[in-house]
Amino acid sequence: MTRRRAVLLVRIAVLAGLTATLEICCRTGLIDPLIVIPPSEMVASMIDRVGSGELDESIVNTFSTIALAFVLAIGCGTLAGALVHRSSRLRDVVDPLLASYYSVPTFIFYPLLVALLGLGKAPLVVLGVLSGAPAVMISTLSGLDSVSPVLLKLARVHRLSPARTLWWIVLPAALPRLFSGFKLALSYALIGVIAGEFILSGTGLGFAISFAYQSFDNRAMYGLMLFVLLIAVTANGILYVWEGRLARRRSTG
Amino acid sequence: MSDAAVSEPSHVALSGVVRQYEGPPAVHALGPIDLTIPRGEFFSVVGPSGCGKSTLLDVLCGLARPTSGSVKFEGSELHGEVPDGIGVVFQEDASMPWLSVRQNVAFGLRTSGLPEKEVAERVDHAVSFMGLAQFSDHYPAQLSGGMRQRVCIARTLVLRPRLILLDEPFGALDQQTRLLMGDELLRLWRETGATVLLITHALDEAAMLSDRVGVMSARPGRFIDMVETGWPRDRDSRVVSNPEFGTVTARLWSSLREESLKTMGRAA
Amino acid sequence: MSDFAFEDASSRRTSRGRIRTFDAAVLVLLMLAIWQAIGSWTHGVAVSPPLQTLLYLFDLVRTGMFWQHAAATLAAFLLAFVLSALIGLALGLIFGVRRFAGEVAEPILAGFYTIPKVTLYPVVLLIFGLGMSAKVAFGVMHGLVPMTLFTLGAVRTLPPVLIRTARVMRLSPARTMLWVLVPACLPEIVNGLRISFSLTFLGVLIGEMFSSQRGLGFLLVNGMAQHNVPLSTAVVTVIVVVSIAANSMMLRLRGRTAHRSN
Repeated sequence: MTRRRAVLLVRIAVLAGLTATLEICCRTGLIDPLIVIPPSEMVASMIDRVGSGELDESIVNTFSTIALAFVLAIGCGTLAGALVHRSSRLRDVVDPLLASYYSVPTFIFYPLLVALLGLGKAPLVVLGVLSGAPAVMISTLSGLDSVSPVLLKLARVHRLSPARTLWWIVLPAALPRLFSGFKLALSYALIGVIAGEFILSGTGLGFAISFAYQSFDNRAMYGLMLFVLLIAVTANGILYVWEGRLARRRSTG
Repeated sequence: MSDAAVSEPSHVALSGVVRQYEGPPAVHALGPIDLTIPRGEFFSVVGPSGCGKSTLLDVLCGLARPTSGSVKFEGSELHGEVPDGIGVVFQEDASMPWLSVRQNVAFGLRTSGLPEKEVAERVDHAVSFMGLAQFSDHYPAQLSGGMRQRVCIARTLVLRPRLILLDEPFGALDQQTRLLMGDELLRLWRETGATVLLITHALDEAAMLSDRVGVMSARPGRFIDMVETGWPRDRDSRVVSNPEFGTVTARLWSSLREESLKTMGRAA
Repeated sequence: MSDFAFEDASSRRTSRGRIRTFDAAVLVLLMLAIWQAIGSWTHGVAVSPPLQTLLYLFDLVRTGMFWQHAAATLAAFLLAFVLSALIGLALGLIFGVRRFAGEVAEPILAGFYTIPKVTLYPVVLLIFGLGMSAKVAFGVMHGLVPMTLFTLGAVRTLPPVLIRTARVMRLSPARTMLWVLVPACLPEIVNGLRISFSLTFLGVLIGEMFSSQRGLGFLLVNGMAQHNVPLSTAVVTVIVVVSIAANSMMLRLRGRTAHRSN
């Protein structure tokens, strides 16, 4: 058995084991059912609620907000990164700013955004963009840096137009690092939107969880939580696998 | 003897070429250079490090404009743009890691407008000519340094350039691989009939491969010697056993030695 | 000629330094101007302008109320940070040294990193109740995993020859860790501490925003609820300044440790 297989199997075993332990503890009453419900119940609850269609509006709301924040974060981030990259003076100013940006908990601006933009999608989208765009900017700068000068010379030798140089050489060369920024943007957008909905909102999956908690409806709450966690893991997982495919071609062996 | 009939127009002509960088500090990197290379010649340039060999290449293919003087390729002057018909193989690895070997080689023909069938033919020919047929679907990261350089050479080949410039293409390779690559280069030269300009720091390589070798001085680089080798056209690396080989290399070194010492003294 | 070249280089460096300071000053002024613009255009309904905030802050720091809340946040944060740092360090070292366990655990940890942890908050509250222990748990929830991942990464990229040297000297596992591993990985560990710091702070603050009657996070949300905009803005400013100051300090610390390790 190859090492990769072994690692994968052990990992699945560990996760399955933990879930099984939790299930047993809940069923036997070792864990108070008022605090945590058994995982099987969580799954059942999730299937019920999602299947019943009552969550459809929340799902659409949350997903569309996340998607919008994600796309805007990438758009703004790549554009800003490309612009800053052209001017070394601008870059000297922006670099320290970017370096300390993520030390500030962006979420603290959320209440301010709500006061400014009202309770709805807008503050959530802005929060998502504020969270994700700088990461994209950082990875854009890094990606553009990583384009080796000899490839740019090559473009001139082949007499490629600036547009073609960008599309055929710069973007493919910078892609690995750009992609890691996109992954972060998705992660931040997702976290920001759900957190915002949870803390202060009237719609969406985050709000639904908060509402269930405050209505003492544990079953509904856990079902929703599981659903959101699965979405997060799947979305990030897809990007992770995609990135792996891209990287495998370029790395030795 | 190399085919340099007097009546044939030169392929490349540099006259009074000087290249300076503005700084501060201002650097006089190259020149004045006067050089004519007849069509089909295999010409090498040797010189101490920092003498401006790479600058010479940049100027020759149009990547850089000379501060003064003129560069003519096939009779027309270059104006800071790379003209059609010139292929360049760089010192650093310029293979594109996101494309397979075939795709890398085909890259040069993307803008050519040639029909797919012809592109495929040319790519196949270049790939097998450079001995890469087994690896055509591999990616550069899976190949050795020497093979990656072969990919770059194949990519230049498909364009059927009339002038091929190579900037220390075998610098990162071990000696034995270099000798074999030298043979490949000669094969390529004969097959394509192109004019070849090779920049190298290895005197034996220059002496073995070329019709003529130009020795450059320390910075600012100028030609201080031109050595004709007189090798037959169908030579290969075994020319090293020719008794003349030692004479050529010795002459190159005697011209070069002082310039190298000057460069080292400056660097120290 | 080489002497002149050196002088030119150093004069170029100081003029670049001057340009940079100038640009940085322009940037700060620009940010203040944008702040002022948002504050006045929105008539202080969401953000109060810089000057007003500053004046309010001067008064605020003289009230006992502010320091009570600040102390609550500080207490929860310190406890959470120490726990995250120590547990994260320990786990990271173990997972780094035991390669197989590390490979099994890493994607799980990385996956946890990308989850909106706020969805797990109700569980924490159900387990810990409302109070400081819940806040500390929130903080640890955010700060533990990055610390582990960074330490794990640091140990993995350690040159194997150092471990071999430790074995040749027949050092015990504990000594190998303390005398070889940790010092060699120190810069990356400090980096992990830096990231963990910000995230732990975030966790504690969000916890306070959601479920507490004390602390800076509570003060922030409470300020908005009572339409006391200068209060909210002042609290945000304090948080931002503290975050950036701590971050810079840790960056500098990392710089110093990096020289020693190399």
